Amino acid sequence: MSRRRVEPILWLLFSAGGMAAALLVPMLVFLFGVAFPLGWISAPSHGHLLALARNPATAIVLFGLCVLALFHWAHRFRYTLYDGLQIKHLNGLINVCCYGGAVAGSVVAGIVVFSIP
Amino acid sequence: MTDTITMQVSRYRPEQETRPTVQEYEVPLRPDWAVLDGLNHIKDHQDGTLSYRWSCRMGICGSCGMTVNGEPKLTCAAFLTDYEPGPVRVEPLSNFPVIRDLVVEIGDFLRKLPKVLPWIVRDTEKPTSEGEYLQTPEEQDAYKQYSMCINCMLCYSACPVYGLDPHFIGPAVIALAQRYNLDSRDQGAADRLDLLTHPDGVWGCTFVGECTRACPKGVDPAGAIQRYKLTAAMQSIKAFLLPRGSR
Amino acid sequence: MSGPPVYTEFHPRWYRKRMGTLWWVHRPSYLLFALRELSCVFVAWFVIFLLLLIHAVGTGKRDYERFLDWAANPWVIAVNIITLLFVVLHAVTWFNLAPKAIVVRTRGSRVPSSFVAGTNYLAWAVVSVVLAWLVLRT
Repeated sequence: MSRRRVEPILWLLFSAGGMAAALLVPMLVFLFGVAFPLGWISAPSHGHLLALARNPATAIVLFGLCVLALFHWAHRFRYTLYDGLQIKHLNGLINVCCYGGAVAGSVVAGIVVFSIP
Repeated sequence: MTDTITMQVSRYRPEQETRPTVQEYEVPLRPDWAVLDGLNHIKDHQDGTLSYRWSCRMGICGSCGMTVNGEPKLTCAAFLTDYEPGPVRVEPLSNFPVIRDLVVEIGDFLRKLPKVLPWIVRDTEKPTSEGEYLQTPEEQDAYKQYSMCINCMLCYSACPVYGLDPHFIGPAVIALAQRYNLDSRDQGAADRLDLLTHPDGVWGCTFVGECTRACPKGVDPAGAIQRYKLTAAMQSIKAFLLPRGSR
Repeated sequence: MSGPPVYTEFHPRWYRKRMGTLWWVHRPSYLLFALRELSCVFVAWFVIFLLLLIHAVGTGKRDYERFLDWAANPWVIAVNIITLLFVVLHAVTWFNLAPKAIVVRTRGSRVPSSFVAGTNYLAWAVVSVVLAWLVLRT
């Protein structure tokens, strides 16, 4: 697949990921990363979260969020490496690490989200 | 208000030095003087060897772009009183090679511009007997903003992506391509596609947004580029979903 | 004009300034851009954190409690606070910039981008409230 044809798709994934992350991640980080650990709000019961995780709709949303957010990271990080560390000549290696990482992460996400008993 | 202001002007004389140096001049601080007037005063009365470009002195020719106190500006549009009490640092436009003093080499931009076909491209020309191409105010509105570009290259100077990699075609070229793509009289969008969808075309842009901030004519090249990214991405999807024959 | 330049009396040496590695520190707008781009790393960290959470929930109650204890670790909280700041930066810059790509025209004139940004923020508020309700209801 030539680079020309792949770039627009990568950009669309990046955009979708950026939008999904912008909408969903802040509240989730606030709740699970800050509010519950600091005791500001009491953490939900295990049963409640398990029920949520089992629900096919939430499972799909969570999986979608993980995949899109990872591709968002991959695309943006690739350009950050180009502009920040100015290592554009390591193009091939950067692409493999970034997008390969996103694909690997997506596979892991799929396994974790969809193998809840 | 003091009478004079100090201008620290970058000098580069390749026949006698290998890197630029700074020379200071005192110029009268007149309320209606722009930085360009200061430079003209230096050249006329103090140091005739100073080299720089300028022409219309009213912000339409795009010749007098330079870096003033670290920001890319048209020197005819930056007033000395804005920099009171000074000093005012005048350097050549960044991201371009410096030929001499404040004169930069703009060949790269001039070679890129025609490649994007910045003119009305038609499949079929109407004979003049059939009259003009008519356009409604709404149709003109669609591209008018992008037609304001005066090719001053302040956007290239502000763009860090171009600074890091001169192969990037750059904000003004894409904005000008959009000016024609969005013009209802133009039929050449497909001809411009190849150059714009090159990895060094729109995809090289990371939406820093500095180009729009630097533009003295309100062209908003950053917006033009993002719109084209969306257009090109939609095109790609259509090309993928529709088999070749039916396109 | 290809190949290395040949400098002569009539084609003097041009001066080319190299951009330093820390080019993005020198201007506030460049710095904001760099931080915005770096936020993607924290988005990726959150994905890892989320997957660890889901895995713990799926494994059992004890694992879930162990995850909560781990998340209450001072350094994890510190990382997550920084993550929160960066993802909010991402969200705000995203909602402000996304309208530039989408031009909506109604009745001949362009919808102002502040309006599109406004709808983005509204969507963000609604989604956040729904998320909080889903997680916190008993």
